[in-house]
Amino acid sequence: MGKGISRGIALLSVLSMVFLAACGGGNSADKGGKGELAEKQEITLGNIPSEPPGLDPLDAKDSVSGDILSQTMVGLTKMDKKGEPIPGIAEKWDANEDMTQITFHLRDAQWSNGDPVTAEDFEYAWKRMLDPKNGAVYAYQLFYLKNGEKYNKGKAKADEVGVKAVDEKTLEVTLEQPTPYFLSLTTFYSLKPVPKKVVEANKDWASEADSYVCNGPFKVKSWKHDAKIVLEKNDKYYDADKVKLTQINLPFIADQKTGYQMFQTGDVDSSNSNIVPTDLTKKLLDSGEAKGVPQIATYTVEFNTKKKPFNNKKVRKAFSMAIDRKQIVENVLEGGQEPANGWVPWGMPDFAAGKDFAEVHGKYIEPTPQPDEAKKLLAEGLKEEGLKKMPEMTYLYNTDDGHKKIAEALQQMWKENLGVDIKLGNVEWKVFLERKTAGDFDLVRFGWLPDYIDPMTFMDVYMTDSGNNDPKFSNKKYDELIKKAKSTADQKVRMQALHEAEDLLMDEMPTAPLYWYTRVYMDKDYVKNVYRAIDGSVFYEEAYLTEK
Amino acid sequence: MLRYVGKRLVLMLVSLWLIASLTFVLMHSIPGDPFTSEKKLPKQTLENLKAKYGLDKPLPAQYVQYMGNLVKFDLGISIKSTTRTVNDILEEGFPVSAHLGIQSILVALAAGIVMGMIAASRQNQLSDYFLMVLAVIGLSVPAFVLAPLFQKYFGMKWNLLPVWGWGEFDKTILPSIVLAFSPLALVTRLTRSSMLEVIGQDYIRTARAKGLPPIRVMSRHTLRNAIIPVVTIMGPLTAAILTGSFVVEQIFAIPGLGKYFVESITNRDYPVIMGVTIFYSAFLIVMNFLVDLLYGWIDPRIKLGGKEAG
Repeated sequence: MGKGISRGIALLSVLSMVFLAACGGGNSADKGGKGELAEKQEITLGNIPSEPPGLDPLDAKDSVSGDILSQTMVGLTKMDKKGEPIPGIAEKWDANEDMTQITFHLRDAQWSNGDPVTAEDFEYAWKRMLDPKNGAVYAYQLFYLKNGEKYNKGKAKADEVGVKAVDEKTLEVTLEQPTPYFLSLTTFYSLKPVPKKVVEANKDWASEADSYVCNGPFKVKSWKHDAKIVLEKNDKYYDADKVKLTQINLPFIADQKTGYQMFQTGDVDSSNSNIVPTDLTKKLLDSGEAKGVPQIATYTVEFNTKKKPFNNKKVRKAFSMAIDRKQIVENVLEGGQEPANGWVPWGMPDFAAGKDFAEVHGKYIEPTPQPDEAKKLLAEGLKEEGLKKMPEMTYLYNTDDGHKKIAEALQQMWKENLGVDIKLGNVEWKVFLERKTAGDFDLVRFGWLPDYIDPMTFMDVYMTDSGNNDPKFSNKKYDELIKKAKSTADQKVRMQALHEAEDLLMDEMPTAPLYWYTRVYMDKDYVKNVYRAIDGSVFYEEAYLTEK
Repeated sequence: MLRYVGKRLVLMLVSLWLIASLTFVLMHSIPGDPFTSEKKLPKQTLENLKAKYGLDKPLPAQYVQYMGNLVKFDLGISIKSTTRTVNDILEEGFPVSAHLGIQSILVALAAGIVMGMIAASRQNQLSDYFLMVLAVIGLSVPAFVLAPLFQKYFGMKWNLLPVWGWGEFDKTILPSIVLAFSPLALVTRLTRSSMLEVIGQDYIRTARAKGLPPIRVMSRHTLRNAIIPVVTIMGPLTAAILTGSFVVEQIFAIPGLGKYFVESITNRDYPVIMGVTIFYSAFLIVMNFLVDLLYGWIDPRIKLGGKEAG
């Protein structure tokens, strides 16, 4: 293993321990239940709201598919309880100093049909993901590979892509540039392998239980479309000894209240927030029936920086200062969220400091409003733009009760603390996205979840040429800092550049972060050892049930 | 009769083609496409995706291709659930929705007609008022309020019936009743008012005068004539029940087709939008046709073909 990686992992361990100690780690509490292992190790989860779009890593593009794939497929690495990539199908790996060449050494592992999991399965799966003909949504997760993007654009051949099975057990990966978080990426479902032989023989292999072949702790026993998936323990799994659950039932429950009632009647044993009715969240959290874990994600208000007066940073800052984040979190959301004090949320590691990135950067934003200063800044900003008063502006959000409540609270806060009337505009989801992308908005809501565990996944959103930079924020210095962080594997240099970039971003304030997410979940007392990772994945590999 | 049926069949096909074409145009004119997402995809990925689903071609070419496939009953593959064809979705989802729908219609018809008859025969008495109040409640309380209430009491409090799922008969009871509630109220009111109208007719008085028992007068003479308005609403009623099953299916976690009606539009899943719309349209057009045929059977005075008997 390369030095850089070892150091990163060591630091991440420290960080994660601190983080887990602070938040309870998201594992099921060990209290309750009789403590003895239950005879019947069959669990019913309320996690799945609908038919999964695809159980082939190529087709998986959503959390529903991801939730199931977390149980059925294992990639080169797995995310451990501390959020680090640890050996999965890859037993160990070596990397060069700048983290551009990684050689993965695979363990003896089998597919559920008994075939060995080979390096070729990985090479095949990744090239298949990048093949332009296959139109994979997450192909860009492999653009880190040498010539990955070029191949996807039809400008390079498959042979030129930086992934090669040297032999059955050795996979050689060459990256375009230093990517210290590539190992973390290999836990993601798009980078999981597929059984080459099976896929080539049957292109519909992943659409029915009978033909589905996987390599994880559980395999698909039955799949009744639109109704239910049943998983059973996969005896061919390399770590099968650790797996105690014999069966996982996954009924598709679209309605939150139904899920909640099923939990109450004992039809569901464990679930995440999709069975916690929004109006009961606070009550259930207070009573301890539901629990919350921090989730790495930020909810924010973006300003259209190309539009007067939001092209003026004083006006943007004034709007941000007028927001009472504490009130939004405590009285509007009531789900244990944290008022955001910066763009990079809690839970994201600073690999150089061995702490939370947000802890290192300190507080950019106050949780309570500062109306006097906000009004002063607004007046100055408007004057600089040659305006006498604030023109008519609209806050755009998509149809959803939660977004509506926040929008109404913001409207009231801007009125009270800034003396400004902002209109509310509510549109359907896809219309919302189209308008946001087209820059057809004044102020707009935005929520960002990470693609991988590194602050970069938040910071590069606001680079000038980023596809997700809807406020059209453009700052040369900012771009340079991000580019600097992207060009090296030295964590100290990277983290320093990212912190400086965030300083700049929060000073320019094209985006006014409101809060950091939590994930609320409910487990029966007898459900133990469920692991809820910091990126939102839930793993039942080591979960078990005690006697009720 | 044959000529009438032939003419109707041609009309049905033309209607279907018009619906399909209109849906195709409307669907492509609303903002957003299947790949619009919060996390923007790289341009190349978008192009690859569009090419994969043939959405890179000009719209007229896509239309011609779709219609060509439609004639072969090939409705394409869902863009959201890439492993499922629209035909699969219809084949698996429709029987469930139809089962739920038919059961609900039967509940609505049976209970509605009986309640309507009782109300009519006891006009302005306490039971009439009670049933009418019940009908007003049935029409005004939406399924999304009724369903959780039923779940709470029948499922959680009294532990009588399962509150979710599909497969066994007991799982179908609560959703069928919830779905039947509003049409039941409608049928009750319709039956009552048309019964009252018929009861006042001379031939009923004659039947009574001849000494026929009241139950016979009611079932053979009154009901047969009073049922026509109920039959008239059967077409739209079936439509309402089938397309309105979305909420009920969602709340009771029933694997029906209802949700695709709404979800496919939210997802801009073009093949599913087209498939489900065409399928439901065809179904409703056929239902309306059958209702028209039924008129003639119930009331021979109604001649098919549009010419009134003298």
